[in-house]
Amino acid sequence: MTRHFPLLFIALGLVALVLGSFIGLLISFTYLDATFLKEIIPFNQLRPLHTTTVVSWIVLGATGGVYYYLSQIKNITIYAPKLGFFHFILFALTGVAIYISLLSGRMGGREYLEYFPLLTIPILVGWILFGFNYFKSLFGKIKNRPVYLWMWGTGIVFMVYHLSEAHFWIFSDIRSDFIKDMGIQWKSYGSFFGSWNMLIYGTAIYLMSKIKKDENVARGKTVFFFYFLGLTNLMFGWAHHTYILPNADWIRYVAYVISMTEWIILIHIIYAWAKSLSKAQKKENSMAYRFLMASEFWVFVNLILALLMSIPALNYYMHGTHITVAHSMGTTIGINTCILLASVSYIVKIISGPLTSKTGYYGFILFNISLAVFWLSLVIGGVYKAVWMSNPENLSFSTLHSESTPIFWLFFLSGCALFIGITMISAPLLKRLYNHMKLSKEQSN
Amino acid sequence: MEKRGGNILVLTILVCVFATYNLVLYLQPTSGSTAPLMSETALEGEKIWQENNCTACHQLYGLGGYLGPDLTNIISHPYKGSGYAKAFFNSGVSSMPKFDFSETEKEALVQFLEHVDRTGYYPNLNAEFGADGWVSIKYK
Repeated sequence: MTRHFPLLFIALGLVALVLGSFIGLLISFTYLDATFLKEIIPFNQLRPLHTTTVVSWIVLGATGGVYYYLSQIKNITIYAPKLGFFHFILFALTGVAIYISLLSGRMGGREYLEYFPLLTIPILVGWILFGFNYFKSLFGKIKNRPVYLWMWGTGIVFMVYHLSEAHFWIFSDIRSDFIKDMGIQWKSYGSFFGSWNMLIYGTAIYLMSKIKKDENVARGKTVFFFYFLGLTNLMFGWAHHTYILPNADWIRYVAYVISMTEWIILIHIIYAWAKSLSKAQKKENSMAYRFLMASEFWVFVNLILALLMSIPALNYYMHGTHITVAHSMGTTIGINTCILLASVSYIVKIISGPLTSKTGYYGFILFNISLAVFWLSLVIGGVYKAVWMSNPENLSFSTLHSESTPIFWLFFLSGCALFIGITMISAPLLKRLYNHMKLSKEQSN
Repeated sequence: MEKRGGNILVLTILVCVFATYNLVLYLQPTSGSTAPLMSETALEGEKIWQENNCTACHQLYGLGGYLGPDLTNIISHPYKGSGYAKAFFNSGVSSMPKFDFSETEKEALVQFLEHVDRTGYYPNLNAEFGADGWVSIKYK
């Protein structure tokens, strides 16, 4: 089983995707019936279960992909597969501990890191082990490294930095200054999102170069220009999350300028790649190609929203509304999940042949249509709340909530369809992964 | 090798700028607010806020969950205030979990929310909008 550890990461990631989507569905129903599940698991415990589980999908899916692709690169073997397996066990056990922490109500209460704070230690150790294994595998092996190797390495290093910085609140000087504390907290999330984007966009570029059978896709001045632009955003663009926080003006100015360069990065690369791809290459990798093309659409849609949100005058109205949620759902589901599903489809094709499942194909269609409705319902809900917020004589929050019920219904029903779509896509992939690992085990016996 | 050297140079410059930027952020005052540092009781209140993951439903400065209202200025709200907040802690609306805070805990939570209130405004209704898209927020 040790040698299959990249596939174990991916399989566990897919399980987390289905489970996280299901919990998301329960959350969306809470907006329609506030007492739903309250006696069993209240909302303050249910929401972090959802966010932690879907973040786990992104982290596990990306990590498994990087490990797998690393072993596929010429002249490179993974330095210590046993360490990689240990990394998997560590993350899996930490996942169980996080669930126990959240279900028992022992929480840390920081956005995205709501679990008991000490559980960050094994997560941090896991990332350090990953980094050690990654850089040791590459050391002295390859010259003129393609950009995806730079991106994966950057993603790992900044994930370690993010996890450390997110806990600076343990220092009393920071904790007692509420605005500084909140600023640093959200700065660390900037590194967090930037890090996983590095891992995932690196994966997208790797896939493009392999599908096209052209390593130049990942080399050259242009891709490196965009890599450094992405890194600059990761480092300095975070404050667009907190424009409205009374931070010093210079922090917000820097973020404004940097943020305006955001998002052009990936769409440029994908666009240039898709234009030059032959029909045969598209057909040969149809499922992976479809997901990459879907991610291009979602990049485009979210690019517009992200750019609008990064303009302070518009952010003033959009901040704190469901438009922010539309942006985060659009990026995590539409972009990140599509790229990761493209990655999983590509790996499954390598290990067990082309995907011919009709269920997966219909799931793909349902996934994209329902995500579009889901995304739109959040934008509409956000606009409604923005109008409400800008009026000092506004109605009570509970009135706003009850008047938003039709939007919440749309949100819930499209969420149901999205969950079904995700399950239809994930189930055949999981089955293939399971069968492959089972067969390999039997053959080795 | 030239290209690789160029990339490493750019990376080194970026990392150096980032390190300087971080040092300034961590060590210098960065807040536009003139509120004093949090008291021990307010810090205790923040701890209770976090341990109960109040952020899952409520926002401070528009950051947090969406099921409940933003509480940044609940204390200075003309029709609400600390008594209103206290009354809600244990017997809030139907969507709120059943909390069982003691009087001391409720007082600590109020102190925390009072401190947050002193740091600024949200929504920042008197902010000024520039033609370049910039927003000058009003500080407390």
